[in-house]
Amino acid sequence: MDSQHESAPATRPPDSSRSETTLRVNGKPHTLTVDHRRVLLDLLREDLGLAGAKKGCDHGQCGACTVLVDGRRVNSCLLFAVALDGCEITTVEGLAGDGEELHPVQRAFLDRDAFQCGYCTPGQICSAVGALAEAAAGHPSHVTDPATPSGEPVALSREEIRERLSGNLCRCGAYPHIADAVEDVIP
Amino acid sequence: MRSFAYVRAGSVEEATDAYASHPGARYLGGGTNLVDLMKLGVETPAALVDVSRLPLDTVEELPDGALRAGAMVRNSDLAAHPAVRDRYPALSQALLAGASGQLRNAATTGGNLLQRTRCPYFQDVSKPCNKREPGTGCGALEGLHRDHAVLGHSDQCIATHPSDMAVALAALDARVELHGPEGGRSVPAADFHRLPGMHPERDTEIHPGELITGVLLPAATAGLPSAYRKARDRASYAFALASVAVVLHLSDGVVERAGIAFGALAHRPWRARRAEDALVGAAPTTAAFEHAVDLELAAAEPLRDNAYKVPLARRLALDVLGRLAPPATT
Amino acid sequence: MTATDAVLGAPVERREGREKVTGTARYAAEFDAPGRAQAWPVPATVARGRVTGVDSAPALALPGVLAVLTHENASRLGEPDDPTLAVLQGPHVPHRGWFVGLVVAETLEAARAGAAAVRVTYETEPHDVTLTASHPGAYVPESANGGFAAVTKHGDPDGALASSATRVDVAYSVPPLHNHPMEPHTSTAHWDGDRLTVHSSSQGTTAVQKELARMFGLPEDRITVRAEHVGGGFGSKGTPRPEVVLAAMAARETGRRVTVALPRRYLPAVVGHRAPTLHRLRLGADTDGRLTSLVHEVTTHTSRVKEFVEQAAVPARVMYGTPALRTAHRVAALDVPTPSWMRAPGECPGMYALESAMDELAAELGVDPVELRIRNEPETEPDSGKPFSSRHLVECLREGARRFGWEDRDPRPRSRTDGPLLIGSGVASATYPVLVSPCVAAARALPDGGFLVRVNATDIGTGARTVLAQVAADALGAPLDRVRIEVADSGIGFAPMAGGSSGTASWGSAVHEACARLAGRLAEHSGPLPDEGITAEADTSGTADAESPYARHAFGAHFAEVTVDTVSGEVRVRRLLGVFAAGRILNARTARSQFIGGLTMGLGMALTEDSTMDPVFGDFVERDLASYHVPAHADVANLEAHWVDEQDAHLNPMGSKGIGEIGIVGSAAAVGNAVHHATGIRFRELPLTPDRVLTALLEHEHPAGMLGV
Repeated sequence: MDSQHESAPATRPPDSSRSETTLRVNGKPHTLTVDHRRVLLDLLREDLGLAGAKKGCDHGQCGACTVLVDGRRVNSCLLFAVALDGCEITTVEGLAGDGEELHPVQRAFLDRDAFQCGYCTPGQICSAVGALAEAAAGHPSHVTDPATPSGEPVALSREEIRERLSGNLCRCGAYPHIADAVEDVIP
Repeated sequence: MRSFAYVRAGSVEEATDAYASHPGARYLGGGTNLVDLMKLGVETPAALVDVSRLPLDTVEELPDGALRAGAMVRNSDLAAHPAVRDRYPALSQALLAGASGQLRNAATTGGNLLQRTRCPYFQDVSKPCNKREPGTGCGALEGLHRDHAVLGHSDQCIATHPSDMAVALAALDARVELHGPEGGRSVPAADFHRLPGMHPERDTEIHPGELITGVLLPAATAGLPSAYRKARDRASYAFALASVAVVLHLSDGVVERAGIAFGALAHRPWRARRAEDALVGAAPTTAAFEHAVDLELAAAEPLRDNAYKVPLARRLALDVLGRLAPPATT
Repeated sequence: MTATDAVLGAPVERREGREKVTGTARYAAEFDAPGRAQAWPVPATVARGRVTGVDSAPALALPGVLAVLTHENASRLGEPDDPTLAVLQGPHVPHRGWFVGLVVAETLEAARAGAAAVRVTYETEPHDVTLTASHPGAYVPESANGGFAAVTKHGDPDGALASSATRVDVAYSVPPLHNHPMEPHTSTAHWDGDRLTVHSSSQGTTAVQKELARMFGLPEDRITVRAEHVGGGFGSKGTPRPEVVLAAMAARETGRRVTVALPRRYLPAVVGHRAPTLHRLRLGADTDGRLTSLVHEVTTHTSRVKEFVEQAAVPARVMYGTPALRTAHRVAALDVPTPSWMRAPGECPGMYALESAMDELAAELGVDPVELRIRNEPETEPDSGKPFSSRHLVECLREGARRFGWEDRDPRPRSRTDGPLLIGSGVASATYPVLVSPCVAAARALPDGGFLVRVNATDIGTGARTVLAQVAADALGAPLDRVRIEVADSGIGFAPMAGGSSGTASWGSAVHEACARLAGRLAEHSGPLPDEGITAEADTSGTADAESPYARHAFGAHFAEVTVDTVSGEVRVRRLLGVFAAGRILNARTARSQFIGGLTMGLGMALTEDSTMDPVFGDFVERDLASYHVPAHADVANLEAHWVDEQDAHLNPMGSKGIGEIGIVGSAAAVGNAVHHATGIRFRELPLTPDRVLTALLEHEHPAGMLGV
């Protein structure tokens, strides 16, 4: 499927500046012919109509574009889509699955009023999901006590949560409530 | 951003071949800096050779006790690797002091070494910069330079290298492994980056077409006490104002081995050889540490806006040295 | 229907919350349609001069580029009310970063590449971008932002100072600061014949509609501006910005729907900034610690495009009783970007200076800084002599002190350490005026028992939808879930922007009036409602904005505890607590979030946010989010916001004061005063970054000036 705008030819042959790429986004495969310059963020927003990931800086300096690629949180503004051929992408729209039920992190953000303008929120939520998985997998952070045994899950104190989510700026200043929300869903 | 050709390499040889056959190519790893610079128009490659899926993504324990980290190991995985955390704590700490969780998940070992300065004049194509465009001048020297170099700078360039990881690698006596058209070679991490001199456009000693394949952490520094400390404008997600990595091995009440490297003071991680030489054989006292660090920083030539970096680096180094030395001896 | 006594003030969940956490809330760049084009501006690369030539050919040769607009080919527009919107109307370059072109293309990639390919040549002129307190071009303006008199004087301030038992004469400096809402300024425009529809990231659609009507020569009713979701603004989206003009121009030129989403790095030059302020504070006090004289003089900059004067000396007209008072503003017009509103313009930098000086005075007098403020509580508003409609600053100070544990504080500077950390605490007062503007609203009762309330409010994250529904439910006596609300559409009718902490008061007054009127009609109505329902409207012109005989302000008290690392000079806030008296709090949940948001931005102002004007190149050096450090999660530990119950019958039907800005006002001074308490060193220039703090610590330790190397 090529979901480029109708103004562009529907099936443009790959040339030296475009290639065919297949991504699985929120469980569904998409095959597109992409301009090599197209980053994942713009592909999601412009080609797939998934505008949940936000463009706050376009340079990896704010975290609003955070999505999960093969389960890991990354800045989608810095990833060329062509380089992600075959990857599994999860965006904020795909966290909860198909039902009405929210993902626990989404639910906690609502319960804690962990946002105001909402623009950083999808990135914060995806980042929190990724950070929880990282801590469970034993990834340390800058504030983890060096004496913590390697390879074991890291307990998430408030300080750990704050440090691990520091790649997601929030200008409205919802940080304390975001930390509350993440604390709520620590397994 | 100009259009570019894209080639995904399946092996190191394929990568170097593709680079050779595409004039104006760049290797693409995690892309966290390259894509950023391409968007700014600072980097304008005609082709990208994607090396991110090369089988260089493992950390390998070598029989002699050394550790080899593949060039495509992501920063977060390198920082979390038990062997790195346990044997080279300064490296794990340096990695975790840099960037954000998201960026560390994407950034690679090789790419981290090759990241370019965050000098705002370098990043702005409307301003002069000898590094970006040789011969145009140094905007930072004329303009504002609170964040710039105090050691080893030239009248051509006062930029600093932004990596935290590279500072730890320099202190740990790591080696950078390269593969190019002429085969493989390795370079000490401390000598991998250059001083600007008359050619600030050259950041490193890498040859055209060479690819970083990995980093070798030597057995000699494995398991030695080491630590990294960084000062910055906000508590996280900020580049260093100054940083230091220290490896300190004491034996029989004297310093047997010291590795000290400063970050954010120079165009490269600044290996403090003079300080190390002064320390080896000395008792690990506060006075000895002060003497050694002052000896090193005597070479500093601060500029109008960045004199603070010298005492900042000094105090960070003394703090880390003091923490690595058993309290009784200081 | 159930009783709704508790609906006002209840911690109701945000109405749009689910959309925001699932990523379905749509912002201005996200209204796609077939054929939509993207546009990228071309900023000027000289500090001052004029464009002598534009070569668009290399851009137009790129695949996907549709058009390049410059002053040479863009159509002439009507004169805007705000001259910063007159983009592509002439060759003049008033400052670096001013837009001199726009590239319209099929895709974002083509637009960006096109913008980079446009060749612009300039004739440069000498520039001056450096503000100093003695700048020869500084003048006394006719008025400062908000229409305040530039200078006021009561009594004999100089004479009183000269004869004061204790004097403080100090200078403070606040750098330029940037709003940087997370959503960059964005507009999507499309024309349907001579009808223009715009989705704009604006704090108020009416102002955008009016300006577009003026510039494009259209009746207002042919322009619809929507701002359904807005990713923050903090003042920078309070007025239309160039991107909306460019989007409308480009859409008309190309016949396409066009989105202009400004790149983050371009914002500092074109969306306003908090102007740098240089303050001189002189306080005189008698032996009892009562002020005898207060002089606050401010020097600031503006651009050569438009005069904007940060009214930083204005809060001194409100805060403390003194027989002699002078406040004065001077401004220098430089070749800099045009400053504008940033959260609590005037109060925020002004109170940093005044509350720091009060702390200095407390130290001089040996009086507790909380007590000093209480002793100087005025009977009436010092400048106007009007009675306060309500003023509970003292209650805020006392409640804050109690919650913070102020009583246990050892007042001696540098008296508390924790290893290499120095620990200190500080206090500051806060104030923000009660502002309100006229607005229209309509309320309709529907046959199904529901209500539809329409008001052109904008919810930039404040929770406006939610609180206005609460206001409506309260006035209607209806359950909250039966009230539907429509906002953020200029077609609804005129409304003021979300700014000046006045949104809820302004929109809410109109909603309350419409709903109360509707409730009256319903009470008179019998039988089933007609299919179209019954509607009541309200227009608060002349009532909401009527001159009040009272001085109306919110007040607050901030308490901060900091650590200062003597190794690195790094300052961290351990605790920041604010207690506010802001009338009736209408939604405890969203109000707390706003107060905490203000505290956070104030923390950034105190510690991390720094912008410097490059004297050589004439632009802000820190233009991206890697170099302009807004606080990150790790900077924000324990923040608390509380409020005192305040009944005030002289405000509006809800009894509310604004809450969006006061949270930032006292933060920087409280943190700065805490740093003084921790270190014994008085810092008078923000922010308190490690370079400044460490340098001062070393000078303190080594008074000879030897930096320890």
